[in-house]
Amino acid sequence: MIGVGKIKQYSNVLDKPLSKGKQEVSLSAFAFLFSELVQYNQTQVDNIAELERRLEDAGYAVGARVLELLCHRDKGNRRETRLLGILSFVHSTVWKVLFGKVADSLEKGTEHEDEYMISEKELLVNRFISIPKDMGTFNCGAFVAGIVRGVLDSAGFPAVVTAHFVPVEGQQRPRTTILIKFAEEVLRREARLG
Amino acid sequence: MAPVGPRSGDAIFANVERVNAELFTLTYGATVRQLLTDLEEVEEVNKQLDQMGYNIGIRLIDEFLAKSNVTRCVDFRETAEVIAKVGFKMFLGVTATVSNWDADGTCCSIILEDNPLVDFVELPDTCQGLYYCNILSGVIRGALEMVSMKTEVTWIRDVLRGDDAYELQVKLLKQVPEEYPYKDDE
Repeated sequence: MIGVGKIKQYSNVLDKPLSKGKQEVSLSAFAFLFSELVQYNQTQVDNIAELERRLEDAGYAVGARVLELLCHRDKGNRRETRLLGILSFVHSTVWKVLFGKVADSLEKGTEHEDEYMISEKELLVNRFISIPKDMGTFNCGAFVAGIVRGVLDSAGFPAVVTAHFVPVEGQQRPRTTILIKFAEEVLRREARLG
Repeated sequence: MAPVGPRSGDAIFANVERVNAELFTLTYGATVRQLLTDLEEVEEVNKQLDQMGYNIGIRLIDEFLAKSNVTRCVDFRETAEVIAKVGFKMFLGVTATVSNWDADGTCCSIILEDNPLVDFVELPDTCQGLYYCNILSGVIRGALEMVSMKTEVTWIRDVLRGDDAYELQVKLLKQVPEEYPYKDDE
């Protein structure tokens, strides 16, 4: 039949060709959606720790999927096995794809062997969010912490990831640090690999 | 200073800050998943998505009017065209088409070929009654309510349910005249 509709229908979503990842939506669309996500979760919890946990769980799901997508599309299905490798993958590739730029800095913790920190002057998700005083140290960056945890966990580097505000002098808004604390087994494996 | 004419959807989209559509898609997916886990009933999730869309719509309209410089629409036909061509382009980066006007000019269909919300999505058998993109119907309803039009927005076609495009039916119920929140003589 000539002139059948433009869109080819795929019965299985896995058969659809993978997009190049260049499509964009406006920042405000994302900001509105994120604000609704936070507001919905606020109605479901009683305290801040629960709220952070729920945002992190939402981010975890995103992270797991981002890892699969990027590994397949950008890295040709090769996976990272070394700690520094996966950290620089998160710091550069993941950040570049999700937020349009590489993260501001990646540091190793001085006090503990298993801690690493990714810092960002202003997280994209926090751009339009202001935290009321009575919510204390709550940080919507918990969503991003969840994304990082999702990526690391799915890549085989279990870790506890949290987001913190770090006040910087000379800057009105504090910068955000994502603190990554790797599990014991990751460090042991890393030591074995030499 | 002469008033600036309305800008096209492409021009505005090129000027706003943009983010990767995949972040948006995955965040929306995470939201729907959370709702499904919490509410469990597909109908409840549909309602909640519509409500979230409504909350977004009532704020989105301000940004839309500020950035797009559209003049007051003369009739509902123009309104629908503006939503499809300028509104969708400005926020989601895709254009929609308007069709299926009824005789009165109060009911039309907005058709989306491309929808950034549904990349990578497949509906499992347990969620067959779910309108995955129901947030969009809430957004349109909320935005139009803030400009004095009460509407009813329903899904006619949904690719996730097996159709070939996304079709939203927007029905104008009534035009509500603007009310001032204060009395003139007080």
